[in-house]
Amino acid sequence: MDLYEYQARDLFEKYEVPVLAGIVATTPEEVRAAAEKLGGVVVVKAQVKVGGRGKAGGVKVAKNPDEAEEAAKAILGLDIKGHVVRTVMVAAGARIAQEFYFSVLLDRANRSYLSLTSVEGGMEIEQLAVEKPEALARVEVDPITGIDAAKAREIAIAANFPDELVEKVADVFVKLYAVYTGEDATLVEVNPLVLTEEGDIVALDGKVSLDENADFRHPGHEELKDTAAEDPLELKAKENDLNYVKLDGQVGIIGNGAGLVMSTLDVVAYAGEAHGGVKPANFLDIGGGASAEVMAAGLDVILGDEQVKSVFVNVFGGITACDAVANGIVKALEIIGDGATKPLVVRLDGNNVEEGRRILQEANHPLVTLAATMDEGADKAAELANA
Amino acid sequence: MSIFLNKDSKVIVQGITGGEGTKHTALMLKAGTQVVGGVNARKAGTTVTHGDVELPVFGSVVEAIEQTGADVSIAFVPPAFAKDAAIEAIDAGIPLLVIITEGIPVGDSAELWAYAQSKGNTTRIIGPNCPGIITPGESLVGITPATIAGSGPIGLVSKSGTLTYQMMYELREIGFSTAIGIGGDPIIGTTHIDALAAFEADPDTKAIVMIGEIGGDAEERAADFIKANVTKPVVGYVAGFTAPEGKTMGHAGAIVSGSAGTAQAKKEALEAAGVKVGKTPSETAALMREVIAAL
Repeated sequence: MDLYEYQARDLFEKYEVPVLAGIVATTPEEVRAAAEKLGGVVVVKAQVKVGGRGKAGGVKVAKNPDEAEEAAKAILGLDIKGHVVRTVMVAAGARIAQEFYFSVLLDRANRSYLSLTSVEGGMEIEQLAVEKPEALARVEVDPITGIDAAKAREIAIAANFPDELVEKVADVFVKLYAVYTGEDATLVEVNPLVLTEEGDIVALDGKVSLDENADFRHPGHEELKDTAAEDPLELKAKENDLNYVKLDGQVGIIGNGAGLVMSTLDVVAYAGEAHGGVKPANFLDIGGGASAEVMAAGLDVILGDEQVKSVFVNVFGGITACDAVANGIVKALEIIGDGATKPLVVRLDGNNVEEGRRILQEANHPLVTLAATMDEGADKAAELANA
Repeated sequence: MSIFLNKDSKVIVQGITGGEGTKHTALMLKAGTQVVGGVNARKAGTTVTHGDVELPVFGSVVEAIEQTGADVSIAFVPPAFAKDAAIEAIDAGIPLLVIITEGIPVGDSAELWAYAQSKGNTTRIIGPNCPGIITPGESLVGITPATIAGSGPIGLVSKSGTLTYQMMYELREIGFSTAIGIGGDPIIGTTHIDALAAFEADPDTKAIVMIGEIGGDAEERAADFIKANVTKPVVGYVAGFTAPEGKTMGHAGAIVSGSAGTAQAKKEALEAAGVKVGKTPSETAALMREVIAAL
């Protein structure tokens, strides 16, 4: 889960990472009040989970409350790469002497952590990595020993910080790593980390991604979730513990297991090429269980998507046998009743498949068609979506 | 022959008394696995019974190994305790550890991997968040249905459980030496490359099917490895061509980030290494049948 800048800033503050005062606001009036409270020059910053907001006009410097209010009017409602700005942060201004870059992140390839550091901040890091790779210090961080004072100094020296700054930035690196491990993050990035004209090191911006698998030990992370920005169907699925991703297509998909569902989306997309270009409408993994309740909840979510014209249920009966899945489908259709209005193509294979197919044949539901293979099912569902 | 697991493997179950542990211990026994006991510190000294088999429950992995000679452990423990369970197994020096648990914080996985390295990397770890490993007709250590396919010349390595089942089903008339599900998390123990190297060295594996999915660059690195080291024919499949950027597709590791981790990039890398890549599971199976027919 990616956090907004203001949420990252709050976490930084909790771990004593130096940040500037910042006030969150959602209306121009609130922004004016925030600017008055902070006094002096402020920066009004769009809160969106996407890069490049500065270039898109989402960050404005205001010398006084009037200007801050004007800036807010321009920024609130702005569409930045598909993300509409609903919230801004009014941050105290800083007199910047120099800009740096620091991040610590999960390094999948090396099954470890990695810190990226540069004395040339302010630039997009991807751009820096391509244009001036020598200016980016990549230092592996051992997940057990982490970034202690010595490791932090090693990083600062590797990044060519001047001697007089090494201790100062190293202290901030240690604190940022405390955010990383303390909050179970997979990314903590500060761009820019600045040296102010007063000689202080300050994190002016922050990007944090949290590992949702670790939510069980961070009850506070629940509050950081931005339910308003989520798709209502995704939200409904989440409430039912379903693994659902809304896509832009016409064939609803239900399957078991992440890999098989991903594969089903692909197969439906290929099949759709012959049927008016219909596409998969969603990713929905009901997991190994596939009980009637889970199946009903899944169908309910998918049938709630107005774009959906047909549904393809693709299940490989492993531990949960096909007869249980078939019973689940039959009961789910009973539970949904008149709400079930779209044709369902069902493909079952694996454990107890004959019994599963027999159950569906006997139920003889007018909306259900059985398919013998995954390819046949995808083709049939695509055809029905294009009818 | 097979890789990592055979009929002589002696298996203990960490979490043998829990719901999943109970269910899958029964299924593993049914598949012929030599399950020799389990571990649960709070129930040490008791036994669990499956049919006419009575299995001892030990207080620790060390004790279980001493008493039974176990050389494989499978962990069915909740995410919050998985790291400690794995570290216990590593400390006990178990040669093979299969972690089925889904939902382990990735920081815990990073720590336990670093720990395994610091201990000399003597424990092979499979998973976490995986279906485990099966050598059909000999032993199952995991949750793969043992009845899908029998023994044969194909080695299979996959990130995904249900795609493993699907592919085994498609190729059931040919059969498998060993099928291994390495898991869909961002940090896993055994990788595609480890499995490819083992299949290359296994005389009974004649061809390899490798199943990947979006996210990370494991498939690209596997492609480089195949080009340099694998002489046996490899057929590949990659799931997630239609996955949009920035959305996690079920597996914590299955996410396209910017230009990295796309299915297209993985397919191209594999093809450049001489791997025949199918567009769908059925097409991939057809390619494998051609490969086997030409052997």
